[in-house]
Amino acid sequence: MKKSGAEILWECIIREGVEVVFGYPGGANMPIYDAMLSYPVHHVLVRHEQGATHMADGYARASGKVGVAMATSGPGATNLVTGIATAMMDSSSIVCITGQVHAHLIGGDAFQETDVTGITLPITKHNYLITRADEIAEAVREAFYIARSGRPGPVLIDICKNAQIEKAEFEYPEHISLPGYRPPAHAPQADLQRAVELIAQAERPVILAGHGVTISGAVEELGMFAVKTHTPVASTLLGLGSFPAQHPLSLGMMGMHGEAYCNLAIQNSDLLLAFGMRFDDRVTGNLRTYAPRARKIHIEIDPSEIHKNVTVDVPLVGDLKTVLADLIALVDEQDHEAWQAEIDEWRRESETRDIQSWADDGKLYVPHVVRNIWQATGGKATITTDVGQHQMWTAQYYPVDKPRQLISSGGSGTMGFGLPSAIGAWFASPDEEIWAIVGDGGFQMTQAELSTAVQEGANVKIAIMNNNFLGMVRQWQEFFFERRYSAVELHNPDFIKIAEAHGIPARRVTAPEEVQNAIEFAQQTPGPVLVEFKVEKEEAVYPMVPAGADLDAMIRRPLRQVQEVG
Amino acid sequence: MQHTMIVLVENKPGVLNRVASLFRRRNFNIESLNVGRTENPAVSRMTIVMDSEALDARKVEANLYKLVNIIDVQDVTNQPVVARDLALIKVKASPEGRAEIANLAAIFRAKIIDVAPESVIVESTGTEDKIESLLELLKPIGILEMVRTGQVAMMRGDALGVRHTPGANGHNRI
Repeated sequence: MKKSGAEILWECIIREGVEVVFGYPGGANMPIYDAMLSYPVHHVLVRHEQGATHMADGYARASGKVGVAMATSGPGATNLVTGIATAMMDSSSIVCITGQVHAHLIGGDAFQETDVTGITLPITKHNYLITRADEIAEAVREAFYIARSGRPGPVLIDICKNAQIEKAEFEYPEHISLPGYRPPAHAPQADLQRAVELIAQAERPVILAGHGVTISGAVEELGMFAVKTHTPVASTLLGLGSFPAQHPLSLGMMGMHGEAYCNLAIQNSDLLLAFGMRFDDRVTGNLRTYAPRARKIHIEIDPSEIHKNVTVDVPLVGDLKTVLADLIALVDEQDHEAWQAEIDEWRRESETRDIQSWADDGKLYVPHVVRNIWQATGGKATITTDVGQHQMWTAQYYPVDKPRQLISSGGSGTMGFGLPSAIGAWFASPDEEIWAIVGDGGFQMTQAELSTAVQEGANVKIAIMNNNFLGMVRQWQEFFFERRYSAVELHNPDFIKIAEAHGIPARRVTAPEEVQNAIEFAQQTPGPVLVEFKVEKEEAVYPMVPAGADLDAMIRRPLRQVQEVG
Repeated sequence: MQHTMIVLVENKPGVLNRVASLFRRRNFNIESLNVGRTENPAVSRMTIVMDSEALDARKVEANLYKLVNIIDVQDVTNQPVVARDLALIKVKASPEGRAEIANLAAIFRAKIIDVAPESVIVESTGTEDKIESLLELLKPIGILEMVRTGQVAMMRGDALGVRHTPGANGHNRI
């Protein structure tokens, strides 16, 4: 049966199980928007296309499904770029569909023409330029498969306007032929055996759990492996939630702002088991002194990550869930009591320095606010963050026990991610409590999406940690630039009035005793709610490994403040 | 050192751009890149020569597999491989100087394929070394223009090149 290219697009999208798309119409995708009216899909009209990609990303991360973002050609498509790069860095499965000028106009600098496949080539897992209606079905089928399989990532389909309008015979492609794309599943048996030998010899092993644990659905296997081999689990930022924070074997977050005992455990380890993580510079510090006595086993589905940053002894290229299941069957039960006792000693020392044990000085600190949100939500909310100090404090003080609970831009560090990703997460799990914990800087980058939240009735709670500073840059200027503050002070609008202008209930909190009440207000008020916390202006996130420094050369929390507790 | 890779890719628009973009983005240096058709119309074949350390060759292979259209990558460096380069060399040649060039060409089993009043074009096929040697000898006579295809390579018999990355694109052997 003949259908227009736009209809074929929706036929295929619906067959992928898509119920919601995030987008913005324009000249070059109008036929797609016209055809959309005939299909059972909910369209979320964003206020800026960057919001569409972050929402699709938040949706994907919260659900494990593919998120869909749409934009028109030229500026519409280029506005997607930051969100696409964010999804690429964090292996998030999104499909972006952009309109393009007529095929016969391509290359002629037509109105709103931009080489979108060229621009997005290095920041997509794959992309397509479609010039004919009969190419659409196959491309959409492949795009969704590529986006969600293997190491997931963003895929973009750029569809010329004529291809949207022209009619073609529609037959849904049951099979896809991608001879160059066969994601590995099992690791070779010989490599597994070598890994088993190293595991048996280890006395001070540490698991490094990355985003891959969640993506691969290997949460259960990780737990089984850790318990069977009695191995402590350190997490990357995006690995948080893949292993219960409350578990005695959990070391929490590693890296630049990881807890000291976690980094010490890594540095003193004799075997690192890297599970679906990529040894980012933010978690390794100085590579030359990184875990110097540890042998390394790296389970990773993307072969290009093997030996990229850290040379490993045994690479196991395959799907983490599959490889771990294979490995669990081969390893013997182990006991590392002495090692765990040693780590627990470091842990106790860390806890005495914890900001939670500071004396109440009447000031409002972000860690306290985050901890209060954690308590009020029973630690069960889905949390999205922006990027910066509040993000690290959230990672430290909102411990999560389940995967997909903490949604944050890790690799890309994209400010403005928090609010739109929370809206996307709400569409994925409308029954979950969802909090966007954001800074005053990042919030203003995608603040326009407040309108989207209102229009959709998205039940997201927005907590702005307002210190009138770009806090993390300020912290770096304090530590590394002799407090020469350059372009970090923000003269902010009245966030309460901004919320009210959107019809969003809002509260401002200026003192610790008001925190609890404001959080409850947000929880009890349906729909979007904004709470502004006027927090201490010049607090720093500790511990901190300066960029490029040794992982155990941390700037620790000042002890002085702890002693005041006494 | 030089590394030579044989890369089979899907014959689709933009694939060359994807490969070239990857080399640029990851900061790998290409010495030469040759792309052409194969016995299978759906598959194109690239021979890529790059100047790199061994570890980089491994990284290149793994990164190539990140491209959806890449079917197979083999490192044929130091393997039983036949590699050929084709050069067209336009040499300054007066009518009386042609004989000398013809002699040199004969020694190298090269051919003179065009004769003009003041120049000839020499076609030479062979290994890089052979062509380099011929060029050395022609240089004093006067090279006006030169073009080379870059290497094309093929493994002998049923030998295969090295695959550094087990698991990549379903290849589990090393």
